[in-house]
Amino acid sequence: MKKFEKLTSQVVPLPIENIDTDQIIPARFLKATTREGFGDNLFRDWRFDSDNHPKADFVMNNSTFSGKILVAGKNFGCGSSREHAAWAIQDYGFDVVISSFFADIFKGNALNNGVLPIQVPEEFLQRIFTVVFANPTSTVSVNLETQMVSIDETGENYSFEINAYKKSCLINGYDDIDFILSHKNQIEEFEKNR
Amino acid sequence: MGKTLVEKIWDAHVVKREEGFPDILYIDTHLIHEVTSPQAFDGLRKRGLPVLRPSQTVATADHNVPTLNQHLPIKEELSRYQVDMLTRNTAEFGVELYGLGHPYQGIVHVIGPELGITQPGKTMVCGDSHTSTHGAFGAIAFGIGTSQVEQVFATQCLLQQKPKTMKIEVNGALAAGVGAKDIILYIISKISAAGGTGYFVEYAGSAIRALSMEGRMTICNMSIEMGARGGLIAPDQTTFDYMEGREFAPKGEDWDKALAYWKTLYSDEDAAFDAVLEYDAADIQPMITYGTNPGMGIGITEHIPTTTSQPESERPSYQKAIDYMGFEDGESVLGKNVDYVFIGSCTNSRIEDLREVAAFVQGRQKAENVEVWIVPGSKQVEAQAKEEGIDKIFEQAGFALREPGCSACLGMNEDKIPAGKYCVSTSNRNFEGRQGPNARTMLASPLTAAAAAVTGKIVDIRQLI
Ligand code: SF4
Repeated sequence: MKKFEKLTSQVVPLPIENIDTDQIIPARFLKATTREGFGDNLFRDWRFDSDNHPKADFVMNNSTFSGKILVAGKNFGCGSSREHAAWAIQDYGFDVVISSFFADIFKGNALNNGVLPIQVPEEFLQRIFTVVFANPTSTVSVNLETQMVSIDETGENYSFEINAYKKSCLINGYDDIDFILSHKNQIEEFEKNR
Repeated sequence: MGKTLVEKIWDAHVVKREEGFPDILYIDTHLIHEVTSPQAFDGLRKRGLPVLRPSQTVATADHNVPTLNQHLPIKEELSRYQVDMLTRNTAEFGVELYGLGHPYQGIVHVIGPELGITQPGKTMVCGDSHTSTHGAFGAIAFGIGTSQVEQVFATQCLLQQKPKTMKIEVNGALAAGVGAKDIILYIISKISAAGGTGYFVEYAGSAIRALSMEGRMTICNMSIEMGARGGLIAPDQTTFDYMEGREFAPKGEDWDKALAYWKTLYSDEDAAFDAVLEYDAADIQPMITYGTNPGMGIGITEHIPTTTSQPESERPSYQKAIDYMGFEDGESVLGKNVDYVFIGSCTNSRIEDLREVAAFVQGRQKAENVEVWIVPGSKQVEAQAKEEGIDKIFEQAGFALREPGCSACLGMNEDKIPAGKYCVSTSNRNFEGRQGPNARTMLASPLTAAAAAVTGKIVDIRQLI
């Protein structure tokens, strides 16, 4: 897994709530059997019309906004367990998603792929939107070690939470399988004693 | 202090608990399907690992299969490749596959229970969020992502934080025409599409106890639609009666032993839940959704809430949903024209659902403006329906009984609702484009869907029975 430590980047604002995994990557694109290439279809039906032309009013088609941080409304990633949603976000080039609330499974999937989901209070989220819409070149900085996310232009910041184990996985690029396999004897022991 | 049912099952499966780490949780049964498994098998190959316990793993092809002419090779190339890949992967890693053409094939959450694979007290996972369905038997069952599918393949365990627990009690009697689907749509409309996030929900109360196993599965199935990781119901005589004699249910002495254990699976009197909610069954009408998440539901005689009645920050998203559906603030949905009716999905495609629909449509005719697809949950459901002559009733009414699969629930195969069309669907998600690009989904019970099929409109089923 890719390591993550720090990032300063412009952001792509998507102030929509309850963005579900069917929007992030519609089911008809789940036929691939590898992890690569899903970024092309990220937010497919919001990004392109039925003739595959980019929709001008969608933020990802507006070159004013770019960057490695996606900022979205609350309850991001609700719906299906498809990890393809996390792969699509990563493949497109996002390393961080900021929202005021994440659906459980998405959050886990993101962390398992080295994409950092950062949950912030609703007011802080709205501040990011306000600052970025006023000045699209303003940046947000994320420091995983210190668990800080800040709006660089105004200096506003928030100290976010992350499970200590998951944090160390991200920083070191480890994954869960390595960790569980180091307990293989205990698994066998458990099976014997049932 | 006593334990909740979730705690009892969870604690019995912890391989290792260490401060500062998620639990290593042992998984009894791993269900897999063609869409979320290929990358996990690939991962194993890259690591040079086998599936640790292939006998605890069961595969089927459901998400991406056609629902007509299943005996022929799949036409669409990518779909065929994906389904073939499952066949190759399961053969290579020694996993049992109930693939196309097998008498046990079907939607993964329909076949687990009907084969007796789903059992009280088990931990079960699948790369599909509606794995919560199996909780109806008093199991801890939840959906996982593909990295976790790989994790379970490699270790038969998952790293998991113990969830918080919520009890939702529904007491009293349901009115005629109101069923399990209405209960769960009602609950989600009350607590919202995110209200259960972080929790495992235990459903209790007299209205839940009175449900059949199939009704209980419908309830647990949709737990994820309120954000909950899973939902479950303590097993009781209804559960045991359903299980006895099923293909993979314990037999003889093993059955007696299992039964004795299953009878200990309930939340203790003095167990503490992190949250408790109570509802009165008498308040529940036939439900229908009007928006683009399952929390946007109303009683069939109620009006669509106005945008201005929403909290200010939520208004733009709310307006977007209403616009997508082509509805107006504050209007009633009664009498609206319907283009498609889909009866199927792991929420409502079991034999009881088909029986209920058949009993209602017998002697009635499909409305001209509607196309009706009935997709059984499994080969066994399909066979049973034919044995009972249900297929004939559908045929006479002008409905098509197709072959098993997820079908228009997620629109991954060719069963898609065309752009702009309205579909009354017994599935579980009404997200934008879920049933096809720009399709408009209204979630409802099988009875409400059947009523739409014969009238061509949204109607109150209570007026027709
Ligand atoms: S029927 Fe729908 S919800 Fe159920 S497993 Fe299939 S796609 Fe998922």
